[in-house]
Amino acid sequence: MATAQAPSAAETSAADAPRAGIGPYKLGAIRLRRNKVALAFGALFVVIVVLCLLAPVYAKQVAHTTPNENHVTDQIRVGGKLRDVVSPEGVPIGPTWHGRFLLGADQNGRDVAVRLLYGGRNSLEIGLIATLITVVFATIIGTVAGYFRGGADAVLSRGLDLIWAYPAVLLGIALGTSLALGGINLGLFKLQGNSLMVPAVIIGVVYIPYMAKPMRGQVLTLREKEFIDAARVQGFGPLHIMRSEILPNLASTILVFVPLILANAILLEAGLSYLGAGVQPPNPSWGTMISDGIRLIPSGIHLTFVPGIMLVLCVLGINVFGDGARDALDPRAKVRLEH
Amino acid sequence: MVRFAIRRLVSMIVVLAAISVLTFLIFQAIPNGDPAQRLAGRTATPETVAAIRRTWGFDKPIYDQYAITMKKVFTGKVVSYTQSLNVVDEIKRDLPVTFSLAIGAGIIWLVLGIVFGVLSALHAGGGLDRGLTVLALIGISTPVFFLAAVLLYFLAFKTGVFPNGGYVSLTDDPVQWLYHMILPWIALSVLFIGFYSRVMRSSILDTVNEDYVRTARSKGISERRVMVRHVVRNSLIPVISLWGLDFAAIIGGGAILTESAFNLPGVGNFAAQSIGRLDVPPVLVVVMFGAFFVVFFSAVVDVLYALLDPRIRLSS
Repeated sequence: MATAQAPSAAETSAADAPRAGIGPYKLGAIRLRRNKVALAFGALFVVIVVLCLLAPVYAKQVAHTTPNENHVTDQIRVGGKLRDVVSPEGVPIGPTWHGRFLLGADQNGRDVAVRLLYGGRNSLEIGLIATLITVVFATIIGTVAGYFRGGADAVLSRGLDLIWAYPAVLLGIALGTSLALGGINLGLFKLQGNSLMVPAVIIGVVYIPYMAKPMRGQVLTLREKEFIDAARVQGFGPLHIMRSEILPNLASTILVFVPLILANAILLEAGLSYLGAGVQPPNPSWGTMISDGIRLIPSGIHLTFVPGIMLVLCVLGINVFGDGARDALDPRAKVRLEH
Repeated sequence: MVRFAIRRLVSMIVVLAAISVLTFLIFQAIPNGDPAQRLAGRTATPETVAAIRRTWGFDKPIYDQYAITMKKVFTGKVVSYTQSLNVVDEIKRDLPVTFSLAIGAGIIWLVLGIVFGVLSALHAGGGLDRGLTVLALIGISTPVFFLAAVLLYFLAFKTGVFPNGGYVSLTDDPVQWLYHMILPWIALSVLFIGFYSRVMRSSILDTVNEDYVRTARSKGISERRVMVRHVVRNSLIPVISLWGLDFAAIIGGGAILTESAFNLPGVGNFAAQSIGRLDVPPVLVVVMFGAFFVVFFSAVVDVLYALLDPRIRLSS
């Protein structure tokens, strides 16, 4: 995809060629608008986000329950018949396709649809915070290491190597398990063990090297360009040059990285939660819902499939849109996230 | 060249040492994580706890504890806190499982990733390319444990075509071994097939524009030969080097999710259980072992690159 136009460079249409008066972002937007598949999947992601944001409204107005409320002993009317939410044998009801228990109940008689939306809020929130952490720190580290080179670069690059060589999931569960027990207390920065910020911070840190390394490489080439020399000769300090000269040139790379990191952060959250090192119960997240569901596979397969499909759709939406955005912004970019 | 290799080796050792310190510190930082308390059990008297603390050296300063543990790691005498079993023996026992998983899945994802990538690139922009792109993105977007659950539900629980997880040793029964490994191989490969086909595709599309490809064409070689001999062969370099790193990561416990989803008693599963028990020595050893593979393979790849491609040495 990154180089889709490469073999057919001759048939590059007029809109692809840089024209006078059109900036790179405008051009990217024009290209992206023609990519209907990417737009459709982007819309899918937006719909999922909006649905998750509306979770309290759905819970109150449609399902008449809360994400953690038990209805083990309740009965509901499905198609005129009265049915147990959880049968005496402990088998939860499957999807009713009606307002209450639209997607069925879990073994505690909790409404799966409500938990799905609340869980999505948690998964998305963790993904977004983690992405923010990765992007901010990777940009700063990459820029500083690439601009100053020498000692600063050596120290920062070894630090990145350290995180990178540490198996991502192992680092995640080691930190996740230890923090879930006691939280962090670094004076000003305090976290409860069951806070959503714990997995968010861990995931954010894990992905820093994957983004900081390419950023550093880009800054290394940028700093040799004439316009940087010009700024230096004018007497601007390093901070000003990094902020006003280098950062704007990194913007499109940063934009391309955001969906990549977001998709992988949501997946890693699910993986950590599956291993018990992510979101702590009773907070729902898609990962914890899937892992709870897997334990009950014979009796309630919907408990695994509902959050699983939702997670795949959400991540797929981000990935397809991100792929399209990457093509649109820079058809020759070879940015990718290695696993 | 020798200097380059030595420099790479030194930085590798530094990174490994730092990783061991980091792992040690993470588990030291745990509140209520006093290992003596856990070794002694819930009903232990304060005297027992104190005795354990003395014999294990938990009363010493933290850098001494680190030195003691690392000495045990290198002499192969490191013992887990909660199980009192030799960690190196445990890992030796688990390694065949992880190797079975990694080798089978590694071959599948490398072959299929290359095949799909080549097909995609040959039909760039066409229907087949789009179809394969969508499949690749679905593969990349699916968490391995969810895929594992879907496979197990339909192919093991519902129809009974495959066994419901577990492992049979290759030396005990090769047929049963294969039978038990097929689903884990598929589940683990899917993500990588999606990812590798994308890398292979863009690598080919970069290579077709190289001068030497035009030269080959202008010599009048058949298109098929140009593709096989010149384009695909050169495009394989990034894919193979990536494969080395991913393979190393999986042997070092990176397939933790697959192993636990299919109940395979491999290195990753061992690490996950040890982390759950807050047992430092096994985690320390597995992490160092995994990091060693990753760092070692990446050093090997760098050195090989420099050997094969003089331009890399010049630019670095």
